Amino acid sequence: MEYATLVLEAPDRLRESADRLRHVIQLEGVTKHYPRSNRPSVEDVNVFIDKGEFVFFIGPTGAGKSTMIKLLLREEVPDKGKISVGDIDVTRLRRWKVPAYRRSIGCVFQDFRLLPNRTAAENVAFALEVIGKPRSVARRVVPEVLELVGLGGKEHRYPHELSGGEQQRVAVARAFVNRPLLLLADEPTGNLDPDTSIEIMRLLDRISRTGTTILMVTHDSNIVNQMRRRVIEIENGQIVRDQARGVYG
Amino acid sequence: MRAKYVMSEVFLGLWRNISMTVAMIITMAVSLTMLGAGLLLYNQVDVIEEYYQTNLEVVVYLEREVTQEVSDQIGADLKASPYVEQAVYESKEEAYERFKETFEDTPDLVKSVDAEVLPSAWRIKMKDIADAPKLIAEFQEREGVYQVTNQREILQQVFDILGGAQRLTLIVALVQGIAALMLVANTIQVAAYSRRREVAIMKLVGAPNWFVQAPFVLEAVFAGVIGSIFAFATLIAAKYLVIDGQFENLFSLMPPIDMQAILILLPILTGISAVISAITAWITLRFNIKV
Repeated sequence: MEYATLVLEAPDRLRESADRLRHVIQLEGVTKHYPRSNRPSVEDVNVFIDKGEFVFFIGPTGAGKSTMIKLLLREEVPDKGKISVGDIDVTRLRRWKVPAYRRSIGCVFQDFRLLPNRTAAENVAFALEVIGKPRSVARRVVPEVLELVGLGGKEHRYPHELSGGEQQRVAVARAFVNRPLLLLADEPTGNLDPDTSIEIMRLLDRISRTGTTILMVTHDSNIVNQMRRRVIEIENGQIVRDQARGVYG
Repeated sequence: MRAKYVMSEVFLGLWRNISMTVAMIITMAVSLTMLGAGLLLYNQVDVIEEYYQTNLEVVVYLEREVTQEVSDQIGADLKASPYVEQAVYESKEEAYERFKETFEDTPDLVKSVDAEVLPSAWRIKMKDIADAPKLIAEFQEREGVYQVTNQREILQQVFDILGGAQRLTLIVALVQGIAALMLVANTIQVAAYSRRREVAIMKLVGAPNWFVQAPFVLEAVFAGVIGSIFAFATLIAAKYLVIDGQFENLFSLMPPIDMQAILILLPILTGISAVISAITAWITLRFNIKV
């Protein structure tokens, strides 16, 4: 009997560890409450995301989408459950190791978050600079990545000299310049008109094809419906739908 | 590259908030000046004690009409006392000579005192100056003795004054120091707020914590170092203008405060203020910039 159990168990274990290798993001039973504030909480969330996947997080305001982003960035620590990104157990990550962890994640936000007193190239170079990359690397890599996002020739413009779409391209370039494993995008098209939004989505799609996993929070139904990628819908901190090639619903 | 960035951020931060920076430097300078003065006084008490310890005397002044026999008998008894190392007789003439020497700067005073007025005395070098009260008790009431004085008691008053001054400077240093540290904390908060964009982006792209915190901590350290240099300059100026200048006579009673004692304060004050400023800034940051 015991022998049989062992035999039966072994392949399961193997499959499990194979899954672990494949998943870039794993959230298992993740719960986070804010007892003293009405910030949205999440409740027993289980999500597994593979390398190179493009995933939309949708749901009403206050559903807990941004809390998920915060948890993945290790700005917050879950009350219960386990989060791992790549081969890092984020829930057990020591404080001093957080910066190194964040280098494997790129971030894009609705409000671009560029430094106003630095040019496009300098904004991108800043991300390299602060993690101690030599200037020679920046000189080589920054023009490349700006070219990739379609800003060739505008390297020396300041953010206020760029359109919203162009500013967001700078932000994407900055997020991508370190070739992150994972790119988190929190409503990246929220401040952009529909045409510009589609351009940004094309850019993100191209980045996703390089093998970068992209997790994007959005309220833009057109984009979700056109892209036809995996959709995870959250409501009241719980996953109510997880659908490959889904629509906004 | 990164060092250059940090330094430019430090000076930008200090400049952007210049009135606060100046206030911070001034309060630090005052606090450190007081601390420095306190340390000098502390040192001075030691120096004075050491200087006088070997020179302190008990003086047995004799009555003016004392006979030679009584005086000799007192001298013999003094020399026989177990507390006495050495007893030297000083005649009226010798006392007058000493008096003239001591007050040679004020000839009017010397002129006004008759040589006959000064008493003759036995000047005694004690084996241990702490035994002086026993000796005094023994000889105070003897016939022919006018008065027995212990120089240590006079010195004790000087010590009391120095001790009081020292406590005062240290209290002022402490109060000013607290004010200075509060200003540091406030400056760092303002700086962290005005640079919150950069900080947020730095944390997002994974800049190490020390790198995010370095400009703020160095701002505080810079202010602390400048403050200590001002304090040092103030102490040097005080030595030349007050102690060696205007109040020279007042201070001539005690051994001079030597330059070396002040010079050694520069690294001490700079070190103390830099370390305390850095710690204050760092603690403030822990509350203001979360990982």
